[in-house]
Amino acid sequence: MNAQAAPLIEVQNVSKYFGSVIALKDISMSVRAGEVMCLLGDNGAGKSTLIKILSGVHRPSDGHYMFEGKEAQFSSPRDALSAGIATVFQDLAMIPLMGISRNFFLGSEPKKGWGPFSRYDAGFANRVTREELAKIGIQVRDTGQPVGTLSGGERQSVAIARAVYFGAKVLILDEPTAALGVKEAGIVLRYIAQARSRNLAVIFITHNPHHAYPVGDRFTILNRGRSYGTFAKSEISREELTGMMAGGEALEELSHELAEFARTDEKAAAALAKAAQEFEAEAQGLHVEKLPSKFEKEEQQYADPLPPSDGDGKR
Amino acid sequence: MSVITGERMLRVNPFRRLLVRPETGAVVGSIAVWILFAIVAGSSGFLTLRGTSSYLSVWAEYTILAVFVALLMIGGEFDLSVGSTVGATGMIIVILSTQYGWNVWASFVVALIFAVLIGMMNGYLVLRTGLPSFIVTLGTNYILLGVTTGLTTLITGLTVVSGLDHAPGYSSAHAVFATRLSSQGFPIEIIWALALVALATWLLTRTSFGNWIFGVGGDANAARNTGVPVARVKILLFIGTAVSACLLAMIQVVTTTDADVLRGQGYEFVAIVAAVVGGVLLTGGYGSAIGAMFGALAFAIVQQGIVFAGVDADWYKAFIGLILLLAVLLNSYVRKLALEARR
Repeated sequence: MNAQAAPLIEVQNVSKYFGSVIALKDISMSVRAGEVMCLLGDNGAGKSTLIKILSGVHRPSDGHYMFEGKEAQFSSPRDALSAGIATVFQDLAMIPLMGISRNFFLGSEPKKGWGPFSRYDAGFANRVTREELAKIGIQVRDTGQPVGTLSGGERQSVAIARAVYFGAKVLILDEPTAALGVKEAGIVLRYIAQARSRNLAVIFITHNPHHAYPVGDRFTILNRGRSYGTFAKSEISREELTGMMAGGEALEELSHELAEFARTDEKAAAALAKAAQEFEAEAQGLHVEKLPSKFEKEEQQYADPLPPSDGDGKR
Repeated sequence: MSVITGERMLRVNPFRRLLVRPETGAVVGSIAVWILFAIVAGSSGFLTLRGTSSYLSVWAEYTILAVFVALLMIGGEFDLSVGSTVGATGMIIVILSTQYGWNVWASFVVALIFAVLIGMMNGYLVLRTGLPSFIVTLGTNYILLGVTTGLTTLITGLTVVSGLDHAPGYSSAHAVFATRLSSQGFPIEIIWALALVALATWLLTRTSFGNWIFGVGGDANAARNTGVPVARVKILLFIGTAVSACLLAMIQVVTTTDADVLRGQGYEFVAIVAAVVGGVLLTGGYGSAIGAMFGALAFAIVQQGIVFAGVDADWYKAFIGLILLLAVLLNSYVRKLALEARR
C-alpha cells in the first residue's frame, strides 16, 4: 500500500439532497491506486447515493469531488467511464442468453475491415476474453457459451474483468458479493485482491464486514447519510467494524426498544382481555332485553318491501 | 487457436452443439412436413419441379418479411404494421404510376421513403411512449389500412387499382422483381429472399450492430449501461421491417400488375409465426435469420402441400397452429438445453 501517493478519487464534505431529504451529509473519503477502500453501511445508509455521485449519475449538491487532483465534471456515467472510473453495478449489465465474449465486448466491439465491410472481429474477441478470464482463474470451454451458464461468482468476475480490460483506473463494485454463496464470494474477493496488485484503486461497497475485512485496506462507515469516519485496517478490529456497521449505540437502542415492545405487548394484551370481557357482558345483556319500542319501529320500516323503482323507465 | 486444458473442460458432444442452435426446430419441422406431404401428395405433383416452385414462391414472400421481423423480435420488439405497410406501399407505387404516369422506379423510391418514415414513426412512438410495441404497431396497422383504403377510393373510386404494366419503366422493373428463372416458374423473388437471409445473418453474426440487436433484446437497460445506443438500434430495426414490407409490395405489384388495399393483411402474423417457429424468442435476445427462413419454409410447405394433397385448403390454418405450438415447445426445450446442458 502506498499511502504517500496522491489519491485518485477524493471527495471532500460532499452532501446530496433530494428535495428536503438529506441523502448524504459531509462525506469525505479518498482512494489511491493499489488500495481497496471498503464502503460499509446498512441499507439506507447512503452507499448507493455516494456511488452514483462517484460514477457520474448524480452531481453532489455540496462539497468537492476530485478525480486525479482536479475537480471532476462528469455529466454522465459515460464520462466517468471514459475517464477511467468503471462501476460494476449489481445487475452487471450482462445479457444471460448472449455468449461470454459477445457480452464482454458489448458496446465496444472490436472491428476489422473497412467502411461498409467492417465487421465484428470474433477471433480477437474470443481470444481476449479467454485470456482475461484465464488471468482470474476462470477457464471456459467455449467463449460462445451463454453467460447464463456461468455461476453468479463467475459472472461477477467477468463483469469486473471487462471493466479492468477497458482501462479502468478506479473500480467501483456495488455489493459484488451480496447474492453469492461462500465459495462464490471467495472467487470475487480474490479477484478484488488481484485488481489491487495490478495497481487499481478499488471501492468495494458491501454490508458484510466479513467480506470487507479480509481484502480492505481502509474502511469508511456510513450511517443514515453521515460518515462515522475512515479507519485503516490497523486501527480497527473485525469486531469493532461489525459493531460500528450495525450502528454501535443504535444496536443498544434497539434492545431497549425490543424490551419496550414486550412491555407494551403485555399491557395491550391485558387491555384487550378486559375489553373482550366487557363486550361479552354487554352482548349477553342485549340478547336478553327486549328491544326498546323506538328500535322496533325502525325495524318495521326496514322490513317493508322497497318502493317500486322508476329506474327501469329511464333505462 | 490455443489449446487450454483443465479439469473442468468437458468435451462438448457435437450433436448437442447442433441441437442448441435456435434454428434446429424449424429445420426439423420443415423436413418433417416435407416428408409428410411427399408421402400423401407425392403422386399428385408435390414432388415435381412445378410443385417445388409453388411452395418456394410462397416461401420467398414469407421469408422476405420474416427475416427482418425476426431481427426486430430478437431486438425485443414486435411490428404488427407490416401487413398494412405491404398494402400501402404497393398502392403508392401503382397509383403514382397508373394515375399520374410516374416511372415505376420513381414510384418505388417514393414508396421506400414512405416505408422508412413508417418505420421511424413506429420506432419513435414505441420508444417515446414506452408502450408495448405490440399495441403501438397494432394501432398503426389499422391507421395505415384505413388511410390507404380511404385515399385509394378517394383518388380512384376503387379499392383494386390495375394497369401497372402500361407504366413507364415496367419492363426493367419486371426483369429485376418478377422474372421467372425457369420454365417451371421459379420466381426471382427466391433470390431476393436468399439475399435478405444472407444480409441479415451477416448483420447478426458478423457486425457490431448484430451484437447490439442481441443486447437490446436481451436486456435493454444492461445494453444501455455498456454504451449501446438502444433507441437508434430499435428504430433502425423498425425501419428494416417496413422497408422489407415495401420490397415485398414492389415484387407483388410488378408480378400481378395491380394493387389491392387489402393485400398483405395477415402477413404480420405469418412473419411472427415464421420467426417463432424458427427459434426466435418472443421476449427477445435470441434467434436467427436462418431460423426464420426455415420457419417460413415449414409454413409454405404446409400451405401449398395441403392443396396438392387434395384436402380443403380451409384446413391449413389448423395445421399451421399445430406446427406453431409444437415448434414453440421444441424451441423452449432447446433453449433450456442451451442454458443448462453445457455446465
